[in-house]
This record gives sequence, structure tokens and C-alpha cells, in this order.
Amino acid sequence: MKAVYFAWVRERIGVSEEEIAPPREVETVRQLVEWLAARGEGYAAAFANPKTIRTAIDKTHAAPDAPIASAREIAFFPPMTGG
Amino acid sequence: MTPTIRVQAADFDAAREEALLTEGRRDVGAVVAFTGLCRDEDGTLDALELEHYPGMAEEEIGRVAGEALSRWPLVGLTIIHRHGVIRPGERIVLVIAAARHRGEAFAAAEFLMDYLKTRAPFWKKERRVDGAEEGWVAAKSEDDAAAARWAR
Repeated sequence: MKAVYFAWVRERIGVSEEEIAPPREVETVRQLVEWLAARGEGYAAAFANPKTIRTAIDKTHAAPDAPIASAREIAFFPPMTGG
Repeated sequence: MTPTIRVQAADFDAAREEALLTEGRRDVGAVVAFTGLCRDEDGTLDALELEHYPGMAEEEIGRVAGEALSRWPLVGLTIIHRHGVIRPGERIVLVIAAARHRGEAFAAAEFLMDYLKTRAPFWKKERRVDGAEEGWVAAKSEDDAAAARWAR
């Protein structure tokens, strides 16, 4: 699946998007965040406080317990500050 | 009723958008237009850089618009949100709600802004006049509270 990152999540990780292949046991958004956080320093910094991370699966907001099995694109970003 | 939704870098003309929404019509009794502008924060802000999630921004604004249409019998709706570098005094967002009666138009416009601020995927980075390090604007709990009061 494709992972995309925005705002300070993108800056800390250092890329705006990448292909990821989490293992089968990573089933939910929450588990994917934990898996990503273990990939390196930038990821650990980006996901240090999971409460400040919002997620969208295929461009729709998704809760931490949402399943990721059918996701084509999963996005991680801080709480929105538009308007 | 199909809302007009645009996410763009270019500026917009609020008066022109309102005229487009109402011209040649006789069913509109009330138009509420809200324009959000970039403040200079007492002279300290040089510019805002608005990042967005292309595709999701349009889709999410569409979902928010659909929710407004399910709550109020609007006869016209336009939402425009800009991205890119925006300087103090420039426009950021426009919401125009047209209805038969003013109560519906006022309520829908306020609902739309509360929901856009907390659900549309845009992020603001502040550039300072004094060259201090750029920082991302933090989401405000007041915005969440404002959106929460529409829960049902």
C-alpha cells in the first residue's frame, strides 16, 4: 500500500510518500502506527505521540481501530488547521 | 442541489461568487457569505503556507457540504479553500450559503466553517517577519468544541 505524510509528520519522516509492506499481523491503523514508529529515528519522532496523529484510508478519515487490509492509500497527518 | 466546491491556489472574488450563486433566481431569500482572511498577528506574521491533501481536500469538503445539505434546505452553496502561500490581508476561505430564510443560511454557514476547520485536510505553517523558525499552527481545542456542538 502507499503511505502518504503531511505537515510535520512529513517533515519528521523526510519523505512525502512511499510504498510500505507491513506484515500480516499488522491489522489496524493503531498497529500500523506502532510498526511505522519502529522503522527509524524520523518515524519514531513523527509517531512519538499517537494521540496527535490523524489517519485517512483512501482519502476518508479513519479511526485507530479501523482495519487496513483493503487500504490502497493510507495517510498520516496532524490535526487539521484549515479554514 | 449540487454545491460548488473548489480547492485552489488562486485568489477568489467573493462578490462574483455570490452573484453567480443568485443571478437569475427568484427562490433565494437569504445569502450568508463568510470570508476567512490571513491576519498579520500584530505585525509578526510574514505569510502562511497552507499545505493540503490533494483529492481528499475536495472529497472531505464535499462530505461536509453533504452533511449541511442534509440538515438545512439550502438552495445554493459555494465553498472555496485556498492553498499555497497566503499573506496577511489575503483571503483563505469562502463559504456562501443561500436559503429561503436567513436562519437556515446563518446556521449552515457557521456549521460549514466549524466542520471545515476540524475535518478538511489543510495545515498552516507560519512564516515570521523576524525570520524566527517556521512553525506549524497547532489545532485549537476551541475549534473542536465549536464543531462538537453540532453533534446529534
